[in-house]
Amino acid sequence: MSTRLAFGGRRIDRTKPVEFRFNGKRLKGFAGDTLASALLANDQVMVGRSFKYHRPRGIVASGAEEPNALFNMGQGGRFEPNQRATTTELFDGLSVTSQNHWPSLEFDVGAINNHLARFFPAGFYYKTFMFPRFAWKHVYEPIVRQSAGLGRAPKDRDADRYEHFYAFFDVVVIGGGVAGLQAARAAGAAGAKVLVMEQTADWGGRAMVDGGTVDGQPVAEFVSESLAALEAMENVTLRTRMMGAGVYDHGYLLGYERLRDHSPDAPGPRHRLWRIRADRIVTATGAIERPLSFAGNDVPGVMLASAVRDYIVDYGVSPGDRVVVVTNNDDAYRTAIAVRQAGLAVPVILDARLGGGGALAEEATKLGIRVETGMGVARVHGARRVEGVSVCAQAGEGAVLERIACDVVAMSGGWSPVVHLWSHCGGKLVWDEAEAHFRPDGDKPPLGADGAGFVVPAGAANGALSLGAGLADADAAGRRAARDLGLKPARSAAPEVGDAPEAPIEPVWLMPQGASAGLRMKAWLDYQNDVKVSDVQLAAREGYESVEHTKRYTTLGMATDQGKLSNINGLAILSDALGRPIPQTGTTTFRPPYTPISMGAIAGEARGETFQPLRRTPMHDWHEAQGAHWEPVGQWRRPYCYPRGEESHAAAVAREIMATRESLGLLDASTLGKLIVKGPDAGRFMDMLYTNMMSTLKPGRCRYGLMCSENGFLIDDGVVARIDDQTFLCHTTTGGAERIHAHMEEWLQTEWWDWQVYVANVTEQFAQIGVVGPKARKVLEKLTEDDLSADGFAFMAWKDVTFGEIGARVFRISFSGELSFEIAVPASHGRALWDKLLAAGQEFGVTPYGTEALHVMRAEKGFIMIGDETDGTVIPQDLGLDWAISKKKDDYLGKRAQARSHMSDPNRWKLVGLETVDGSVIPDGAYAVAEGTNANGQRNVQGRVTSSYFSPTLGRGIAMGLVLHGPDRMGEVIEFPGTDGKTYSAKIVDPVFYDKDGEKQNV
Amino acid sequence: MLILECPCCGVKGEETEFHGGGEAHIKRFGPGSSEEEFHDYLFAKENPRGVHFERWRHVNGCGKWFHVARCTRTLEVFGSYSAQTTEPPQEIRDAITARRPGWRWREFS
Ligand SMILES: [Zn+2]
Repeated sequence: MSTRLAFGGRRIDRTKPVEFRFNGKRLKGFAGDTLASALLANDQVMVGRSFKYHRPRGIVASGAEEPNALFNMGQGGRFEPNQRATTTELFDGLSVTSQNHWPSLEFDVGAINNHLARFFPAGFYYKTFMFPRFAWKHVYEPIVRQSAGLGRAPKDRDADRYEHFYAFFDVVVIGGGVAGLQAARAAGAAGAKVLVMEQTADWGGRAMVDGGTVDGQPVAEFVSESLAALEAMENVTLRTRMMGAGVYDHGYLLGYERLRDHSPDAPGPRHRLWRIRADRIVTATGAIERPLSFAGNDVPGVMLASAVRDYIVDYGVSPGDRVVVVTNNDDAYRTAIAVRQAGLAVPVILDARLGGGGALAEEATKLGIRVETGMGVARVHGARRVEGVSVCAQAGEGAVLERIACDVVAMSGGWSPVVHLWSHCGGKLVWDEAEAHFRPDGDKPPLGADGAGFVVPAGAANGALSLGAGLADADAAGRRAARDLGLKPARSAAPEVGDAPEAPIEPVWLMPQGASAGLRMKAWLDYQNDVKVSDVQLAAREGYESVEHTKRYTTLGMATDQGKLSNINGLAILSDALGRPIPQTGTTTFRPPYTPISMGAIAGEARGETFQPLRRTPMHDWHEAQGAHWEPVGQWRRPYCYPRGEESHAAAVAREIMATRESLGLLDASTLGKLIVKGPDAGRFMDMLYTNMMSTLKPGRCRYGLMCSENGFLIDDGVVARIDDQTFLCHTTTGGAERIHAHMEEWLQTEWWDWQVYVANVTEQFAQIGVVGPKARKVLEKLTEDDLSADGFAFMAWKDVTFGEIGARVFRISFSGELSFEIAVPASHGRALWDKLLAAGQEFGVTPYGTEALHVMRAEKGFIMIGDETDGTVIPQDLGLDWAISKKKDDYLGKRAQARSHMSDPNRWKLVGLETVDGSVIPDGAYAVAEGTNANGQRNVQGRVTSSYFSPTLGRGIAMGLVLHGPDRMGEVIEFPGTDGKTYSAKIVDPVFYDKDGEKQNV
Repeated sequence: MLILECPCCGVKGEETEFHGGGEAHIKRFGPGSSEEEFHDYLFAKENPRGVHFERWRHVNGCGKWFHVARCTRTLEVFGSYSAQTTEPPQEIRDAITARRPGWRWREFS
């Protein structure tokens, strides 16, 4: 039985009962409990099932390292899987369910895997699912998907609010134990701006449970006094419930503050992600106790020794009546003493060391506790709960000497400094032979921009495990950080502690050291992922020597706890199996975050409408009022079409096209990129940017131009207007304005910096309206006195025109094949002109059209579209655009590249029109097949579709595509198998489907 | 996340404020160059473990390109300087020499 003790529990408030639900059961706890302590108080030791074998799993730890006690928490928009019971503060109304079992925690079908364990060895996934090949899709994958993963992904939108903070500090201390407080005090007293963050709700860390005296007073009093001193310093900020999540380059640090997890109904954001720049980071992150590897060490009731005393001292909870302690170091004796002092029984302390312990062992003996040295656990008895242990000699192979009844096994394999944050950004580790752990190598810290180390480890996190050594080390760390900043630490002595003499730890990686194969198969390393000693040994036998490979092969340390308990034990087993020392094997990489942080915190405020800015044209509101169907184009929203009533999108597009071709259409073209290139060297610069000769363009005239990258590939196209001798206006694609602007700036700033040219992006300064169709001139003549006649305003010219009070620049260009005027006005006049045109156009049945009608009309005319006909591998020559490439220029961006052998290969696919034999629409992107197969047994291909539409003008499907020797194969029919099972036969034709001679636009 | 200083506007900023632009001091080869010259210009880039010269642009700032000399192994930054030069200035070379005596990078040392 685990239960609430009649007394004790320094964190809980027995006057404040709290009610919560576990798998629907109503349970009681106290304010100050964690979910884990409250579950134990209700005799709920078994809390889940393991991942692979679905074995019963109990609470093992009391902090962030807990691998087993993970729950689904909350409901709907507040549902979250994999929440750790040991770090979840209890609150009234908390509701959790256990994970990874079906149909219930007690009766789980998946537990059958446990009996098949010998069929699930290391590398099981790699070995099993390879053959037969067909079985993956039909047999394995459905089963794996059904049983994969711990917990379930939330389905609803997160109901909470999250935020980011940006902060700058001289020194950030991670960890609010005695070491962190002392380091902060030393740095703060020197005048540094300090932040101290503590991941739990309380200050003082382990020392509050383990006790001891500092400067002659109890450690708890030292902690309160330190806190008071820090609170009095204006340069020090203290934060609880805030974890140091990750350390990154140049002193960048993520702090994860959980503001409302313990009281969900309080106002404000739930989590806050602190994005901190710190000159120095002190990692006072403590140490984590290691489990011991003996058979049955995963049975619920086997716990870390430190956790057992935490539950007794912090929460007044007894994990069990009879606690067997098994250890290889002195610290676990503290647990035996705490258990005894709580009035519970310790049948035996099994100390694997022949010589036994130091001062603490004497104290335990004085309390009348039986101590057996040189002994260990042969196996644990019980399935869903510990019932007893068999005792054996540590030196032997597991011959049972005695069976002892108990309901808890408190184990301690020694302590590993929490080196995660030190290591995140490249801090190196050394193996400390005497303490049997990895600790930071002070000579190899992570380096900042100035080449100096910016992380300073302190206390237990630096391997200084005892209270006295830890405080002295932390004091030095705080001073060091201050001195690094050029500050002068105060002249005060480090706190005095009289550490009791301890006997040295003796490493125990397997218990007993000669454990038989049967025992090793039941000795767990990774509780969550079900990795056993035998799995790591098998991996070593199969040739896995690298610790990183072994990790991936066995899944050791790959669970949500990231191997906080298992890594060191696992690599010790691996080292032993490979017959080499532990430091030679090394550790796996420590990656942030230290424990999982919420996706909400990562997103912060960037969600919904604030995810990214939305760019609106001056006519946006009108489109919206018309019920336009929107198409996102970069950050812009453009109307795809304007459906009327119940009209389908396809019908709306067809109507818009026919109205434009027959009378008058209007297009909001404001999103078109507009770049001004100006200066004495503007012409020279334009000649380098475009494949065409732009310097010869006359003011008042327009020219369609192509831009290539230095690799020769087409990157953008558009109409260039020469405004005056030194000024060009370059139109780019909608998505291309910023990119092409940056392209121009790059060449100007980094290659031709002595050229006198200036580039300005004026895209948003102008609204642009396409007035398109046979009645385009008529409607404009209603609004201006200026000469818009065919003779007075030629095709590919531009001129200034006034429409009443609105001054405009009008371009006679066409992307539709119709008579067309593009009118640019200052953005503030865009909506007014749009309204004027709608009113004046009424008699012609004026019809605004969207991007799809624009696309179809350009395809009918055989005009290319960047991003459809181009994909970053297409050169202008592929598209039959040789006419737009100047032969007279010595140089332009892409010219040299286009002379390379592959670029002039006659076998490059070339642009053609494609006309389906039956008039249907070929799927976009379909490939044309050729005779034979390639080396992979796939059909050979000879071309692909780049654009495909239904043309309402022609009443049939039309397409453009790149085809091998296409222009030489006019009239030939080729086949395009679709993914819909149909094969489309299409005739190769000229890409201009409509009005080949341009009679409609030149009127 | 690196901290870099833009020599054009003097701002010290987060890496997210900047955009990396690859190797610095590349000489352009255009029409008339050999296949090998042009190939190397486009594709043969330095990828050192140690001293490196890079182009960066202050995209979310003044918009200017500049050069940075830094160590790809330790992420130490030796200095930033104008993009409008064909070789690293002497004070940058000196700063590198102080930290990495005997360094070499392409034709510079
Ligand atoms: Zn700048």
